[in-house]
Amino acid sequence: MDDTVLEVKNLTKHFKVGKNALVHAVDDVSFIIKKGKTLGLVGESGCGKSSCARTIIRIYEPDRGTIILNGKDITNTSQKELKPIRKQMQMIFQDPYASLNARMTVRDIIAEPLVAHNIATSKSQIDELVFPVLELVGLSKEHANRYAHEFSGGQRQRIGIARALILRPQFVICDEPISALDVSIQAQVVNLLREYQEKEGLCYLFIAHDLSMVRYVSDDVGVMYLGKLVEMCESNEIYKNPLHPYTKGLLSSVPIANPKLAREKETIAIGGDIPSPINPPLGCRFHTRCSHATKKCSEAQPEMKEVSSGHYVSCHLY
Amino acid sequence: MVLEIDNLKVSFFNSNGEVQAVRGVTFGVNEGEILGIVGESGSGKSVTSMSILRLLAESAKLKEGSIKFEGKELTTLTKKEMQSIRGKDISMIFQDPMSSLNPLHTIGNQVAEMIAVHNTNLSKKEVKQRVLQLFEKIRIPEPEKRYNMYPHQFSGGMRQRIMIAIALANAPRLLIADEPTTALDVTIQDQILKLLRDLQKDSNTSIVFITHDLGVVAELCHRVVVLYGGLVMEEGLVDDIFENPKHPYTLGLMASMPEVNQDKSIRLQSIKGSPPDMTNPPLGCPFAPRCNYARKMCAAELPPYVEVGNKHRSMCWLLTQGAPSEHNPFK
Repeated sequence: MDDTVLEVKNLTKHFKVGKNALVHAVDDVSFIIKKGKTLGLVGESGCGKSSCARTIIRIYEPDRGTIILNGKDITNTSQKELKPIRKQMQMIFQDPYASLNARMTVRDIIAEPLVAHNIATSKSQIDELVFPVLELVGLSKEHANRYAHEFSGGQRQRIGIARALILRPQFVICDEPISALDVSIQAQVVNLLREYQEKEGLCYLFIAHDLSMVRYVSDDVGVMYLGKLVEMCESNEIYKNPLHPYTKGLLSSVPIANPKLAREKETIAIGGDIPSPINPPLGCRFHTRCSHATKKCSEAQPEMKEVSSGHYVSCHLY
Repeated sequence: MVLEIDNLKVSFFNSNGEVQAVRGVTFGVNEGEILGIVGESGSGKSVTSMSILRLLAESAKLKEGSIKFEGKELTTLTKKEMQSIRGKDISMIFQDPMSSLNPLHTIGNQVAEMIAVHNTNLSKKEVKQRVLQLFEKIRIPEPEKRYNMYPHQFSGGMRQRIMIAIALANAPRLLIADEPTTALDVTIQDQILKLLRDLQKDSNTSIVFITHDLGVVAELCHRVVVLYGGLVMEEGLVDDIFENPKHPYTLGLMASMPEVNQDKSIRLQSIKGSPPDMTNPPLGCPFAPRCNYARKMCAAELPPYVEVGNKHRSMCWLLTQGAPSEHNPFK
């Protein structure tokens, strides 16, 4: 258990809407991430993957469950005590346009974590730390005095990555870091993240809806549906041997960039839309869209079971 | 040919000067064909599709070229003539289904408007009947009930279905779909692609499908046009483009996506750099600054199109006669 960086147990986050309604954003989610590893979280929009990440980093306060970072329980630490711990966990956001302040220079954007944590205050100290990070992400120090609007989407995402990495965190949440980028740029960013991981041994929680990219970057993959983790295992295994009907459907709806294979592939369509998380279906949350659903599925919630070594699934079929 | 675009050039004029968005694009769409247009942001794919329907912003100018729909030149039509074609013979589906629908009108009325505008002889009742039939055709459950609902009561996928209903209201012969599934989840995208495929089969509608997702192209399209820097880089049947790509940009696009069984220890091959600035487009091949195989020649002069197979052409110096064979992926 030595190399476990992050452990999340039974994490639950519900949001109040209106008088009596609750959005079941994250429900009873558990996983661990080890040093140097990447956990990918996939699922449709509204499944709770971003809420889960934000609850771990305590942007949202968890309702139940525990979050253990480097052996320390940070579930209920006060925000003041949490501040030094925040250095160890950083976040890269989806939208490289909205996540950079248009009125700050690139230097100031990247240096903000240093200033916030009182690590560097003088200009020379800041430059000394900012320049190497700029180079690390493939920009140069000449870029430091420019503003975000002068950069392309891919370059902006590099600035966001530089900001997240400057504190040398041990755990970084990547919330759809490539979804807003063009295909030709996505690979640049993914390679950058992987190279840095190999060098520094940090771990990522990688959230994305592009399943082929998730398989490529992750060691383990968790599939979420309506706030619940429905299946989790090693990333090759989930693509070779998906067990949960939702995972199967999700995988088969990913377009294959190969016309011949695409024509031959058998499709397991998931009909309809994801139900509202305000009153999620009783029993298994997926039973309203599942072609294997039985009476039991609408009555009892399936437990997470380890069906083969390291392969967890929550479904009555297993 | 349902649609023939010949040497289309469109520019935007702003305070920085001229942005040459489309710089001489030529392609055609056959009857009953689904043509995919692939390209990244700024490649000119949306500007091309907007020019077909003459929906360009005021700052844009069609500088040169011709667009023929069933033999009829569209670029010289009057506003009124164009209006009688738009939404009737040619219609369009946009990327963002939320901002394309009016939040203050019911779904039913928005679809009905499209039918009523082009069929003034129909009574209100007949129009509604048609709308309900349309809802059934595109598999909207409980059409009667949905008719009186507003866009915010629908999910993203449902809204996109409504957009498709509006586009299909008058059984157009050409449908232009500009990234219609980009904002949707894969499961919903799958449903929409199936729907489009069925519609094309049932009514033989020609479809121009604009996307940046090669996976979607492989699943849906018969033929592909690859755009970059306002020019067609490569054009061919879908199988040829994927199995035997003949342009370094197409090769690069394929290599930057992980394959289904990609070995994770192998790095993805990214395309270095970023797309060209179209206020000052490169003199030669627009892809040359990012191309792994670029030579002096490539930056100096625009390459010609080379026929590399049946209905397969590519714009690259490496394919021309006399191109050196060392460090050349095509020789």
